[in-house]
Amino acid sequence: MEFGWIIAPLVGGLQIGGASAITLAANGRIAGTSGILAGTMRPTDDRGDRVAFLVGLLAVGAVAPFVMPSAFEGGVDRSYPALILAGLLVGFGTQLGNGCTSGHGVCGLSRGSPRSMVATGTFMLTGGIAAFVVGHLLGGAL
Amino acid sequence: MTRTRWVSLFVGLLFGVGLVISGMTRPDKVIGFLDVAGAWDPSLMFVMGGGVAVYAVAWQIVRRWKAPLVAPAFALPTRRDIDGRLVAGAALFGLGWGIGGYCPGPALVSVPSGQSAVLVFVAAMVAGMQIFRVWDARGRAASAT
Repeated sequence: MEFGWIIAPLVGGLQIGGASAITLAANGRIAGTSGILAGTMRPTDDRGDRVAFLVGLLAVGAVAPFVMPSAFEGGVDRSYPALILAGLLVGFGTQLGNGCTSGHGVCGLSRGSPRSMVATGTFMLTGGIAAFVVGHLLGGAL
Repeated sequence: MTRTRWVSLFVGLLFGVGLVISGMTRPDKVIGFLDVAGAWDPSLMFVMGGGVAVYAVAWQIVRRWKAPLVAPAFALPTRRDIDGRLVAGAALFGLGWGIGGYCPGPALVSVPSGQSAVLVFVAAMVAGMQIFRVWDARGRAASAT
């Protein structure tokens, strides 16, 4: 058995978990990306913290393509209307459902939150359905 | 800069590095993971597994504290009820994730790479958040009258 393919996702996951754990231990808050982003667009009491988090993410994104270009490859065959639909669904859905893969999928699951368990099960299911429909019924393009 | 802000900046950097290394910024990998009926790529399960492993341990320790280390008080979600908004919101988010291959964190990290697909997706995601705000405010105003 070859286990190399597990290493990068696991190391990345440990770093994501570590970053979220630091947010919990130091700032006493949930590290949920969709909530942090939405909170920068309206008056919030910790807006500066939210902006600082985004600056960190974008700084990594500015350097990473030069260090690890393969991380930004693997684009899929999606038209602009499909990408707009996907973005609208992600933006609206994460606000209606109070979280995304980080807030529900990492922080909430770990805290044993019943809301996050239901949310994570739901978005994994509908994500699988969408991927299946586009990949198998629509021939892999949209 | 306040101390919580420095923490947030560091967290953003570490979180971003984790997302890049994990493979979450590649839509083909994300879709290969979500589509269990195709050539299933289970590797991204270890991203969530690694994240949950670290955070679950941290939670068991930190939940006993009276206050966090830097901020004056905890501000954590307390709701435990399952309502239609939660399920519908998660369902819509999942559909968008499965169509585009991006969830919010990886999409934001990918913005500086300048790919037009990411820029279009993120602009629409921000618009979706704003549409929710307007829609939600209208709903609240209507139910208050």
